[in-house]
Amino acid sequence: MRSGNIFLRRNEVVFLVVLAALLLVVFPMALDGFRLNLVGKYLTYAFVALGLVLCWGNAGILSLGQGIFFGLGGYCMAMFLKLEASSPEATAIQSTPGIPDFMDWNQITELPFFWLPFHSLALTILAILVVPAAFAWIIGVAMFKRRVGGVYFAIITQAIAAILTILIIGQQGYTGGINGITDLRTLKGWDIRTDFAKEVLYFVTVALLLGCLLAAQFVRRSKYGRILVAIRDKEDRVRFSGYDVSNFKIFIFCFASVLAAIGGAMFTLQVGFMSPSFVGIVPSIEMVIYCAVGGRLSLFGAVYGTLFVNYAKTIFSESFPELWLFAMGALFIGVVMAFPNGLAGLWQVHVQPLFDRWTAFRPGARPIAPAAAPAERRT
Amino acid sequence: MFEGYTLAELGSIFAMQGFAGLILFSVFVLMALGLAIIFGQMGVINMAHGEFLILGAYITYFTSNFFLNYIPALFSAYFFVAMALAFVGAGALGMLVEWSMIRHLYRRPLDTLLATWGLSLILQQFYRSVFGAREVGVELPQWLIGSLPVTDVIEVPINGLFVMALTLMITTAVGVLMYRSRWGKQVRAVMQNRVMAGAVGIDTERVDRYTFGIGCGIAGVAGSAFTMVGSTGPTSGQLYIVDTFLVVVFGGAQSLLGTIASAFVISQAQSTMEFFLSGSMAKVLTLLTVVGILMLRPQGLFVLKVRR
Repeated sequence: MRSGNIFLRRNEVVFLVVLAALLLVVFPMALDGFRLNLVGKYLTYAFVALGLVLCWGNAGILSLGQGIFFGLGGYCMAMFLKLEASSPEATAIQSTPGIPDFMDWNQITELPFFWLPFHSLALTILAILVVPAAFAWIIGVAMFKRRVGGVYFAIITQAIAAILTILIIGQQGYTGGINGITDLRTLKGWDIRTDFAKEVLYFVTVALLLGCLLAAQFVRRSKYGRILVAIRDKEDRVRFSGYDVSNFKIFIFCFASVLAAIGGAMFTLQVGFMSPSFVGIVPSIEMVIYCAVGGRLSLFGAVYGTLFVNYAKTIFSESFPELWLFAMGALFIGVVMAFPNGLAGLWQVHVQPLFDRWTAFRPGARPIAPAAAPAERRT
Repeated sequence: MFEGYTLAELGSIFAMQGFAGLILFSVFVLMALGLAIIFGQMGVINMAHGEFLILGAYITYFTSNFFLNYIPALFSAYFFVAMALAFVGAGALGMLVEWSMIRHLYRRPLDTLLATWGLSLILQQFYRSVFGAREVGVELPQWLIGSLPVTDVIEVPINGLFVMALTLMITTAVGVLMYRSRWGKQVRAVMQNRVMAGAVGIDTERVDRYTFGIGCGIAGVAGSAFTMVGSTGPTSGQLYIVDTFLVVVFGGAQSLLGTIASAFVISQAQSTMEFFLSGSMAKVLTLLTVVGILMLRPQGLFVLKVRR
């Protein structure tokens, strides 16, 4: 294809402008503060979905443990905010002032060593980026160097998500247990609970999301991204061509984990708490469905899919709580059976040709054929 | 962690915990047997396996209530009827699922995971809407209540022994079915080389459907046995699904013997450590060890050597 090396194709520039306009102009104008905050919360999941498009759609690695990284990012942020909220003055009634309240309840009298770096905002931001990446690197090296892939990778990441949840819930004194880290108030003295702060945080989230989307797009369009697709489709041939397949997979897994962690950190800031219920198996699989509904091959699709599923979830659980699980289950089955390329696939097959004809600059421009579904081998 | 116990005390602690571990072992084996057939032999990731187990448990619950209310004279034998019904019920649902969903997805194993997860959500909500969110337990017949004293400090509950005996029977039956019968031979042929099996005249579609049905049926029987030792609610199945997958993967996905061995190792490690550490830490340590060993030995403990 002639324009194969261009970072954003003509269509994609249009998509980006539409998405930016929707998130930056339409939603803030049309929605009240509460709903806007809700959309901001949904968008933090979209970071995870972007990572999954790279990891699963592009590279064929299905990780069922993205909640781990979302949680790690979220917990790093929450630890910083919690330390700021637990100044000696604010916690004067505790038996040991100056430590988070749940530690005091659990008879811990000294701040554990791994909480110490979170006194500094710079170190916290570093941790949000480095801790998940390091964790993903360890998992990636251990798995991909041993050529564990496909189904086995999915099951093991799922088990790790389960382990981490049990650990967080079990170590109540260090992590806040099942309630998580709650009652977060200020970021460097700036109250994050006001309506204005929530609006600002929404715009920060959107800006970060668009930045991450462009970064992910850059990775996809690069030569590296095309090798990933080759690995997905015929791993052995890429290996026999002299590439170290595992390093490619490790990098994309780490990249996806950092995206998820950024989402987690923004989640904590907007929602004001972090708990193990965003770490475990169920949220991790739900994040995969956001990506699948949007289209596992499309970054823009992932954002729309996340918004769509979460919006549906909110509507259903407000009006018919018992129907939600039925709807969600049907969505899982429907997406897998009927339209494996999600909303983006439907767009490409039905709308894109019209769109192309309509915006074609050159007479007789051929519509781009829809990308084929990733071929998975039977293992 | 052993300080403060005498040697004799340690001995009986290990014996008691070992016995508790055997009950956990039975539950694992029963759940993992069905999964080993479906995942190990067919390559389908059935995340709804726990819900088939719960279906068996509910069938047992209703059978026991039926016997209690209408034919109380035969109450002591209700369990065997319930077990057969659970097998047929879960197996029939399994075959329906295979026909409507799974057979379209054989080439996409990761997608079976998502689709069956959706199925599990639907089944859970179905159980909750129809049977209520409360956990239910069955009333045990008289001959299953009580415990046998072995020594002064060690007692073994009879229902635990019964579940173990049942596990032994079902495992033997599955082993015979898979390795001694003509049908088992066909299943293994199809799973090892589908195209070749089809070429020599095996009806692979039929074999797939019955294999999936029998895997689910065994899950139903497991659920039936599960009511002997615990209560069941709509979401109980999900508690075990990750453990069960680890058991199957750890044992080597295609080896029934491996599944049994790994269920034994995991359940014993878990139950012995539970006494000395908190339950959650024991679980974390067990799972971490299993994941660690799997990273060193991705194919699991017992490897079936097949040329692909």
